[in-house]
Order: sequence, then C-alpha cells, then structure tokens
Amino acid sequence: MTVETLIPLAYLIAAVTFILGLKGLSSPTTAVQGNRIAAAGMLIAVIATFFAADVKGGVPIIVAGIAVGGIAGFTGARMVKMTAMPQMVALFNGAGGGAAALVAILEFARQRDAGVLEFGASLATLLALIIGAVSFSGSAIAFGKLQGLITPKAFRYAGQQLVTGGIAAATALLSLVVLGGAIAGSFAIEPMLLIAVITVLALAFGVALVMPIGGADMPVVISLLNAYTGLAVAMAGFTLGNQLLIVAGTLVGASGTILTRLMSKAMNRSLGNVLFGAFGAATPTGAAAATAGEDGRSIRSIGAEDAAILLSYAQNVIVVPGYGLAVAQAQHGVRELADLLESKGINVKYAIHPVAGRMPGHMNVLLAEANVPYDKLFDMDQINPEFQRADVALVIGANDVTNPAARSNPGSPIYGMPILDVDKAQNIIVIKRSMKPGFAGIDNDLYLDPKTAMLFGDAKDAVGKVVQELKKTA
Amino acid sequence: MTGEAIVAAYVFILAIFVGFEVVSKVPSTLHTPLMSGANAIHGIVIVGAMLVASAIGGTLGTILGFLAVVLGTANVVGGFVVTDRMLAMFKQRPARKRE
Repeated sequence: MTVETLIPLAYLIAAVTFILGLKGLSSPTTAVQGNRIAAAGMLIAVIATFFAADVKGGVPIIVAGIAVGGIAGFTGARMVKMTAMPQMVALFNGAGGGAAALVAILEFARQRDAGVLEFGASLATLLALIIGAVSFSGSAIAFGKLQGLITPKAFRYAGQQLVTGGIAAATALLSLVVLGGAIAGSFAIEPMLLIAVITVLALAFGVALVMPIGGADMPVVISLLNAYTGLAVAMAGFTLGNQLLIVAGTLVGASGTILTRLMSKAMNRSLGNVLFGAFGAATPTGAAAATAGEDGRSIRSIGAEDAAILLSYAQNVIVVPGYGLAVAQAQHGVRELADLLESKGINVKYAIHPVAGRMPGHMNVLLAEANVPYDKLFDMDQINPEFQRADVALVIGANDVTNPAARSNPGSPIYGMPILDVDKAQNIIVIKRSMKPGFAGIDNDLYLDPKTAMLFGDAKDAVGKVVQELKKTA
Repeated sequence: MTGEAIVAAYVFILAIFVGFEVVSKVPSTLHTPLMSGANAIHGIVIVGAMLVASAIGGTLGTILGFLAVVLGTANVVGGFVVTDRMLAMFKQRPARKRE
C-alpha cells in the first residue's frame, strides 16, 4: 500500500468530520467542538492532498497560495468587528465561489488538452463555473451593500428583468454550444474563448441578481449564495471525480437551502419574491401613509431621566434589540440595565425577531457576548402574546421588525411580514439615533403612536444614560 | 452512465439527505454560526484547487491556479476563525450565569 492509496481514506475521515461538525453546531455546548472537528478534518484533507500525484509539480504555487490566502483569511477574520460579521461571511463565501469557478476553468482546460472532454463532466464543469462565478460577484455586491460601499437601496432601472433574463439566456446558449462540442469532440469556436465569455456573463448575472435587492434582504441573499457556493463545490467534485468535494459541497448546499427557506418564511415572503419583488424600493402609498403630522399625530421625545422613571415603575419590561444595538455595541449596557431592573424585582425579557439585525441569530450572538442568559431570549411567536402585559417595551435600534404597517397597511412594502407586536405594550420607549427610516427605507408608524416616547441618541450612550439615572434612584 | 458517475450520483443524493437531516435540528440561536460554519466547510474547494493548480501550466494557467488556492484558503481559514470567534461568545456563558 502506497501513501497515495491512503488519500481516499483521509478524505472519508474528513467527510465524517464535516457531518459531525454540522451536527455539533446544533447545540451551544458542542458547537465550538464541532467547528474545530470540521477544521481538523479540513487540515487532514489538505495534508493528504499534498501526496496526490496530480499535485507534484504544483507544490510551490500551492504553498505560496496557502500562505497568501491563509494570512488574508486569518487577519480578516481576527480584525473584523462583531457587527461586521455578516459582510465578512459574504466575503469568504465569495472567495469559495471564485475558487470553484477557477477550478472549473482549469479542469476544463486540462480535459480539453488531454482530449477527454465528454458530456457528463463538461456539464458539471459548466455548472461549477457558472454557479461559482455568480456566487463570487453576488457576494461581492452583498459585501459592498452591507459595508456601505454601494447603496444598500434596491437598484432598479427600466427593462431590468429583460437585461437580467438576457444575460441568463446568453449564458445558457453558450453553455449548450460548449456541451455540443464536448459531445461531438470538435468545436467550431475555440472552447476556451466560450468559457471566458461564459465566465464574464455569469459574473454579470451575479451582479444583476443582487443589485436590485434591498439591504434589508441581504441576510436571505447571503444564505442563498452560501448554498450556491456549496452546490458549485459539489459540481467541481463531479468534474474532478472527488467524493469529498461532492459530500462537503452538498452538505452546505442543503444547509444553506434550509436556512434560506427559514429566513424567507420569517419575512412571510417566498424566495422568488425576495429575488424579484420590489422590496426595498418604498412604494408611494407606503411612504405617504406614514408621513408625520399628516393626521395630527406627532412624535414625542423624552430624556434619559424620564425613561429611567418609566422603567423603574414597570413590572414587566420587554427589550426589543435591533441592528442599532449591534452598530453601537450596546449589548453590555443593555445587560447592565437589565440587571439593575431585575435587582428592583422587575421582570425583563428579550424579544428576538427572526430577522432582527442583518443575519438570523445576529442578536442572539451579541446578547450572548454580554452574558444575557438564554432563557431570557424569546422568539417572536413566544413573546408576541406577552406584549399586552408588558408595562414597557424598550426598542433599541430596531425599526422595520416593529412597524405596525406590516399588519395594517397593504400599500407598505413590508405588508404581511410578521412583526413583533411592540405597539400592544402599555408604554413604548424607542432608542434611535434619528428619525431616519430603517434598512427597508420606509417610515415607521410606531413612532407616531401616542404611547411611544422617543429617546434620541446612539444606543450605547442612551442606554448608559438611563443606567446612570436608574443608579441615582436606586 | 459510467460506474464512477453513478457512484458520484449516489454520494450526491445521500449527502442531500444527510445535510437536511443534520441541519434541520439546529436551533435559531445558532443560525449565524451555522451559516458561518457551513461557509467554512465549502472551503473544501481548496482540495480541488490544489489538484488543478498545475494542471495546464503556462503563465495564465499558473496565475489562475495560484488564485484558486488563495481564494480557497481564504475561505477555509477565514470561515473557521470567524465561526470560532462567534462561538466563543456562547462558551463563557455558564460560568457567569449566576453572579
């Protein structure tokens, strides 16, 4: 038995570690271990691959590539702030997609040079190339939108769907030409030229796919692109005849699909609606219906002192965190505030909307960082009936997920999205930097509610001030 | 279909079922780390990148091979490190729960 015959065995071990890793992620106590098991499996697979016959001449390139990519990935992952995690995941996901597309190009060139092109492998190669390239450019756009490099608003123009459809049709047509050539064994046009054009078209399609999607939908998009990359990797596995790539890529494709469906469902919209609907571009009816002062209602602003008094006389307080809390890093302040209230015998709970923040579980991660106990966090369905018994709902940097227009205004772009029933509480305190609308770009009727008091300021500062006031009265 | 292709198809189909089965049990609290962890796992494309890095040679082929390895490695390393950082926040919990 030579070393090379052991490689498939190493791959089998790696495949098992990936399954165990995902399984470990299903419980907070085993998640860290699960992630590390998968990482160890990855290391085994990479080391084993160095012994493969195909790798021999490429060792210097590979070592250099691993050094550059490893340093870039490690530094990026260590330096990033917790608030920027979603776009970091988008970036790494795009890297994986790009790698899959490049693998497809190189393997196609190798098979052509060796004269072994055939239909099945070529189909898998084309799918790996196209899906990988779409994931690469789509992730780059998603990163740009979340990072604020590109407008987070939905970018739309006349004839957009025609252009996007045209790109898709051209990609499919050229792919058929390549497949035809692979079957016939001869090409009328240089196949590498076709591959180059397909690559450019697929990259353009990724851009066209994500640009019209508003910032509020980016979590769904990142999840979808994550599944895409998984699929692209699985297709690359077919091309290379590598079972490990098939298993790992497919596992991710399946998990990404589930997550994407869960997230779309949380917003009460189909995936098709997220991708092609007009969300993010505020409709005239939605905007007009929520104009301040239109029907004599106005905004009530309060200071930290009043907020502290309101809170200290409450019995039940529900905290509703949102992206503003993440941006301001206010989670530790919120924890301190909750501790103070609990020391006064006040019951504090947290209401977590499935898409609060920019990714599912975003709020859970942040509150976990501040050591907020798990049993205080409640899902939307659990907490909604409790709002009417709450004396104060404290909304910290959450906007669209509390907007009653989702229930009452059919003209609103978020109509039909399940929301937290914050408006049912006796009193509502909203901590917000300004009256600027949320990520969906629409106004929030909640702020005009007579029960609502606005405490303007950065979430961390505002919470800190309320804590100071509470300490004075303690 | 060749024998090898049919085996690959079996692996693909069975992996779909395993993926759905394993992942559908993850609580929503862990959705973000799950997405990130899954993201790291598709970094396995690095193995593919290594296998084809020197497949065609030449200047362009070498550059593309190098880029594929760079991107694949960034995916793997960045993915696992980010996930580990996220999960570290859950780990310290029990120690300070009752203070």
